[in-house]
Amino acid sequence: MPSYRMQIYGWLLLLPAAVLLIAFTHYPTVATLVQSLFLSGSVTRPAVFVGVENYQFMLEDDVFWQAVRNNIWFALGTIPISIALALQMALWVNRRLPARGLVRMAYFTPTILPMIAVANIWLFFYTPGIGLIDQFLGLFGLPGHNWLGDPDTVLACLIVLTIWKEAGFFMIFYLAALQSLPPELEEAGKLEGAGRWYFFWRITFPLLMPTTLFVVINALINSFKLVDHLFILTKGGPNNASTLLLYYIYEVAFSFFDPSYAATLTVALLAFLALVAIGQFVLLDKRIHYR
Amino acid sequence: MTATTIAPAAPEHAGRIGRVVETGAAWLLAFLWVLPLLYAVWAAFHPPAYATRLDLLAPLTLENFATAWSQAPFARYFLNTFLLVTSILGAQLVLCTLAAYAFARFRFVGRDIAFALVLVQLMIMPEVLIVENYRTMSQLGLVDTILGIGLPYMASAFGIFLLRQAFKTVPTELEEAARVEGCSFLQVLLKVYVPLAKPTYLAYGLVSVSTHWNNFLWPLVVTNSVETRPLTVGLAIFGAPESGVNWSVISAATLLAVAPLLIAFLLFQRQFVQSFMRAGIK
Repeated sequence: MPSYRMQIYGWLLLLPAAVLLIAFTHYPTVATLVQSLFLSGSVTRPAVFVGVENYQFMLEDDVFWQAVRNNIWFALGTIPISIALALQMALWVNRRLPARGLVRMAYFTPTILPMIAVANIWLFFYTPGIGLIDQFLGLFGLPGHNWLGDPDTVLACLIVLTIWKEAGFFMIFYLAALQSLPPELEEAGKLEGAGRWYFFWRITFPLLMPTTLFVVINALINSFKLVDHLFILTKGGPNNASTLLLYYIYEVAFSFFDPSYAATLTVALLAFLALVAIGQFVLLDKRIHYR
Repeated sequence: MTATTIAPAAPEHAGRIGRVVETGAAWLLAFLWVLPLLYAVWAAFHPPAYATRLDLLAPLTLENFATAWSQAPFARYFLNTFLLVTSILGAQLVLCTLAAYAFARFRFVGRDIAFALVLVQLMIMPEVLIVENYRTMSQLGLVDTILGIGLPYMASAFGIFLLRQAFKTVPTELEEAARVEGCSFLQVLLKVYVPLAKPTYLAYGLVSVSTHWNNFLWPLVVTNSVETRPLTVGLAIFGAPESGVNWSVISAATLLAVAPLLIAFLLFQRQFVQSFMRAGIK
């Protein structure tokens, strides 16, 4: 094919997808930046350019900082545990285990359930007095607790739920990686008399590093974009103790009808995501699979 | 992990105990992982009086399902979700195939930059841009339409990426042979590349369907009527504490909403797991 036709065909093939990507990813990203520099208008009054005023407001907004703190705790609480569990699950399911298929299915099931449905079910667990957790505690004569109504426990409740929802999903990536490891490695390890613990930490775990990195990035992005359960379980409460950044953006835009401030908050969220992206490149550059 | 650390004098025996303990732990975790779902099944199939009481002799009933079905337009929600999921998947397959073909086999100016710009969507998903995308949809007059829910997802960076990888593994000799027989470049795509990438299409299709069946935030933002709301949004409204519906009925509604996907998963478990695995390896 002559090269000028290659050019034209290439771009024509790309065109439909490019139009939609530009319209719903690139344009809104730029529009968010622009919008964040204006004060929200109304029917009678147009939006006014205010420069960084929205950002000054954001930096003084306690709820914003609360959401950022919550997001950080939420990420720190969910990511290490769900990844450790995912790896353990994958190791179990990858070797001989009675009823392996059933076990694997059990681990994976939460992945295909919608977060909304899951939150509905978990709400019963956390309900004070008659919920399953309080009933279970009652068996041992322990008092009940308003798990979702207490600012000290509400975030932990969301973390437990999210770990349950995500671990099986991450397990899949580890399972795929484990199955691609050459079996000779394990035989060689056995011949050398390496214990399983030693073998895992010296051989398996380092070889799984690229997978771990991939899963960490995924988990980080998820911790910023997954807020569905808040709509059912807490609505960000009590007193914003469980609000997350994206949920706060939703509230500001669609409950308080302040699109400009919502855009400002979105810029903060985009900045976090950009940081994650940069971190990914730096780590990938270091090639952490072989140490 | 415990097997090798205990009783070096009797490694066989210790190994066996270790294995039993580990099997027990794996099973216990599996039980904990299905417990919420089992509980929902229990609550849904028993009268509300037994919702929080585990009594093996409790009478079974379908009453909760009937109540849920009659209290909210679930039939309509099902239809909406079905239309949404199929229209997104259909558009994704076409758009991503064309774009992936361009990236895999065509040399054109700006290809690498264009590809990098496509990958931006892996980081900045439509969920993050709800504010501006809502504005765009209202300018286009697409608020509260099923097209409006689906449009931001139809050009999927993930799909383009996966298919590009798949197309790149196709040997160019096959393409040249098809050319010699007089196939145009679109025919080459349809007769050589698409059939060879079938496992990738299956994997991507399953991931896409389960993602959009379960998607909530953007559909919540952009819909406001029964005629467009998908199941997840309908379920959230139905289950809101303010609505005063009891647990058994909410459990029944929840099971209704997840049933199609869950049953498909239980039947085709292996394909699901393998598809997610395939989609995860890059």
